[in-house]
Amino acid sequence: MTLLLEQMLNGVQFGVMLFLLAAGLTLVFGVMGLINLAHSSLYMIGAFAAAWAGAHGWSFPLALLAGAGAAALTGIAIEVAVLKRLYQRDHMDQVLATFGMILFFNEAMAMLFGRQPLMATVPGFLSGSVEIIPGVPYPLYRLAIIAVGIAVAALLYVLISHTRAGMLVRAGATHRDMVRALGVDIGLLTTGVFALGAALAGLAGAMTGPLLSVQVGMGDRILITTFVVIVVGGIGSVRGALAGSMLVGMVDTLARAYLPGMLKTVMVATEADAIGAGLSSMAIFILMAAVLLIRPRGLFPAHG
Amino acid sequence: MVNRRTVLSAAGLLLALLLPPLATALGKPDLVTLGTQIAIYAIAAASLDLLIGYTGLSSFGHAAFFGLGGYTVGILAFHAAGEPIFGLLPGATEAWIVWPLAILTAATAALAIGALSLRTEGVSFIMITLAFAEMFFFLFVSLKTYGGDDGLGFRRRSGLPGIAPRDDVAFYYICLAALAAVLFLFSRLVRSRFGQVLQGIRQNPRRMAAIGLSTYRYKLAAFTIAGAGAGLSGALHANLLRFVSPDMLHWTMSGDFMIMVVLGGAGSLVGPVIGAAAMVLLQSWLAQWTEHWMIVMGPILVLVVLFARRGILGWLR
Repeated sequence: MTLLLEQMLNGVQFGVMLFLLAAGLTLVFGVMGLINLAHSSLYMIGAFAAAWAGAHGWSFPLALLAGAGAAALTGIAIEVAVLKRLYQRDHMDQVLATFGMILFFNEAMAMLFGRQPLMATVPGFLSGSVEIIPGVPYPLYRLAIIAVGIAVAALLYVLISHTRAGMLVRAGATHRDMVRALGVDIGLLTTGVFALGAALAGLAGAMTGPLLSVQVGMGDRILITTFVVIVVGGIGSVRGALAGSMLVGMVDTLARAYLPGMLKTVMVATEADAIGAGLSSMAIFILMAAVLLIRPRGLFPAHG
Repeated sequence: MVNRRTVLSAAGLLLALLLPPLATALGKPDLVTLGTQIAIYAIAAASLDLLIGYTGLSSFGHAAFFGLGGYTVGILAFHAAGEPIFGLLPGATEAWIVWPLAILTAATAALAIGALSLRTEGVSFIMITLAFAEMFFFLFVSLKTYGGDDGLGFRRRSGLPGIAPRDDVAFYYICLAALAAVLFLFSRLVRSRFGQVLQGIRQNPRRMAAIGLSTYRYKLAAFTIAGAGAGLSGALHANLLRFVSPDMLHWTMSGDFMIMVVLGGAGSLVGPVIGAAAMVLLQSWLAQWTEHWMIVMGPILVLVVLFARRGILGWLR
């Protein structure tokens, strides 16, 4: 029972990471109609920048800021230089151009930092664990990630639903030309939205650093999981991204924790381990297939 | 301008046919392997063009079918050398059994994936095909019996009567013949009523639905045929290397196939062949030059998308 609680917290923590990525990706798609594979590069850049800053003696909050900032600056650069020209294009063109960017950024990071994974450390004041419920010690750092995730979700909600900038973002998603006709600088709006999404991806990368190793290509796999989140949640909707993230994070974590054990009750242990590992990494895709069968447009479609 | 294209095609065909003697004359036998690689990728790229260029479906999961075709060959060869599958079915190494099975496996998977992913369109379709391909990637990574991460090697190529399995030149001609057969079949297909409907779906799906056609069924049929083509390509690729690994299903492989189609020129069938050749040659050339060739490849791709949308074929015209 205590183990289940712990695993569920892990699921929420993974879900929070996915949400930070999915929110930016889905906002950019909602407002600009752009599918951006290079989102994974922004995540990687955030992780590398934070790890570098940490290794050079920056304090942890500053390192996080460095990660988010580096990703946001890179995001602004690629948006202004390339992506702006792609908003009106085919999704196919967008996929190819941003795929080219991934090749570039992966190789650039390999040249700058080498192919050996970097290790980022959990900061002193967040190491150790707390007993949230008596008898269930849980790492403080993971709790901190969950807290940051909740804070970001709340901030995004306030920003999008209760500010003037958020109103423009919502209006831009549905009536882009009308917003332009009313005299709003659409270019500034799109760059702003893109920078926000990039900063969130960078923040996710920076916070992941101490949990996993920081290495070239680290964003590619989680990008595909983020796509699953977006398809499950409904494309273009931040609410859908939140629901999808939690669902996918939970299903993935619980499947990995319990599926091999459950299979052991019905088959030989070695086979159960092998098949269980395979099945549990396929679990989220099976979830996606099920959602597609029932609600092809996702659980919370953006419009209508 | 048609003439110029005919001349270029004839020159390309002649070059392809004469490649082995030319390679020997130049003292570069590696060129034959490079040519085989091009022919194999061209089959997968041409089948993807059926979706991207003709039907307007941006599938980002083509590597799944490529890998499934390859693994069918690899797994059957593994069992032919060892125990039967589940202790019942024997393995096989004869090409006339293995290759059709590879095509069938890939087509069946494409039918299943297509049936689900075609319930959506646009960006969701791209993400879903990518995600399902990743699912198969994880499946083969976790199949430790067949090598898992490390992949699965086998000793000899699929047997064809009268052809020595180690003969690289013969294998090159087999792949070339397979490519020719696929291109011929597809060119007939896109001119047929079925092909016309597919192109109608690309141009205006709503109108096709309005004149009473079930666009879903046509798209699913196209998706399955394209999967079958990738399966054949994967089977040949497994034969070329006598090795299969999850890398065949890696998502960057799907990206590479997309690049070949767009780089060469989508919606032409010849374009993807040119694209495959350009991609393989560019990679091997850049790789000789620097180990960090991707730092050049990436920006080239961005530039092609921004400024040369009709690909090499559009530029030749």
